[in-house]
Amino acid sequence: MAETSGDRGFREGAVAVVPMAVAVFGFGLSYGVLARAAGMGGVAPVVMSVTTFAGSAQFAAASVLQAGGAAATAALSAIMLNARYLPIGVTVAPWLEGGVWSRLLHAHLTVDESWVIAAEGTGRWNPRVLLAAGMGLWIAWILGTLGGVLFGNVIGDPTRLGLDAAFPALFLALLVPQLRSRERATEVAGLRIGAPPPAIAALLGAAIALALTPFAPAGVPIVAAGAACLIGLRGRR
Amino acid sequence: MSAVWIVVIVSGVGTLALKATGPVLLGGKPLPDRFAGVVGLLGPALLAALVAIGTFADGQRLVLDGRVLGVGAAAVAIRFRAPVLLVVIIAAAVTATARAFAG
Repeated sequence: MAETSGDRGFREGAVAVVPMAVAVFGFGLSYGVLARAAGMGGVAPVVMSVTTFAGSAQFAAASVLQAGGAAATAALSAIMLNARYLPIGVTVAPWLEGGVWSRLLHAHLTVDESWVIAAEGTGRWNPRVLLAAGMGLWIAWILGTLGGVLFGNVIGDPTRLGLDAAFPALFLALLVPQLRSRERATEVAGLRIGAPPPAIAALLGAAIALALTPFAPAGVPIVAAGAACLIGLRGRR
Repeated sequence: MSAVWIVVIVSGVGTLALKATGPVLLGGKPLPDRFAGVVGLLGPALLAALVAIGTFADGQRLVLDGRVLGVGAAAVAIRFRAPVLLVVIIAAAVTATARAFAG
């Protein structure tokens, strides 16, 4: 067990997640509508929200099915979009207490937003906040999906409401506080750059993702962008 | 079994395997010191990638559409320390308005 993981508890996590849960509920509604329109029926989208629990991956799978793609293609694109959860899981692993089932539960409830809310800075994560935030997001995502498949005809096309822009905006709001750092300059390969390491990692990550988008299958650019964090690799001291 | 259920089962199992590999194999053990700086920077790197893709990507194409205006407006709101929910609402509203004018 690593020594400390912050003072915040379950309650702080539950409070912090509310604005994001509202957005995720709206996103879940649009997923339910689109999945139903893609011929997934009413039950399968809800089961997928309970089990896969990853927005962009579920959208990708639905759109592949709608375009008449094979089941293997749809499942593979969902899994590739979720490949970032491998490194993300490694970052939270040292802070998880309890047995295998407890760690599995925390792992399942780890999504982009709960991972960010649970970050305590300098590479530490708070498992109680992760659990609370993840549960809030999970419930919102499932209820949203259920609402979407049940009332899709009334809601209509959700992209009209600009919901697809809500997510980059949400991630930007989560990113900005993470750009602060005690270090004023970054040393990469002997070069000294006058900006803090998180800002350099962010710029590099965005650049990698955009550069790869036209050439790599969806999901791969995001995972590749994660490699930008290697600028923080410290030499053996 | 129908194609839809194969997708649901395979992506569910695959996703949980990705998420759980770290926590089940490494759970409770601290990472070596030299990786501490690396994991702290994974957040900014991945979040910035999600912002960039969510704003500019349409499948495998890079496009400029209403989302750019929405996310730009969100950036201004973040600059003035607006709460997260307001930021999200502004982004959606500006994007929807831009789309309505674009026809």
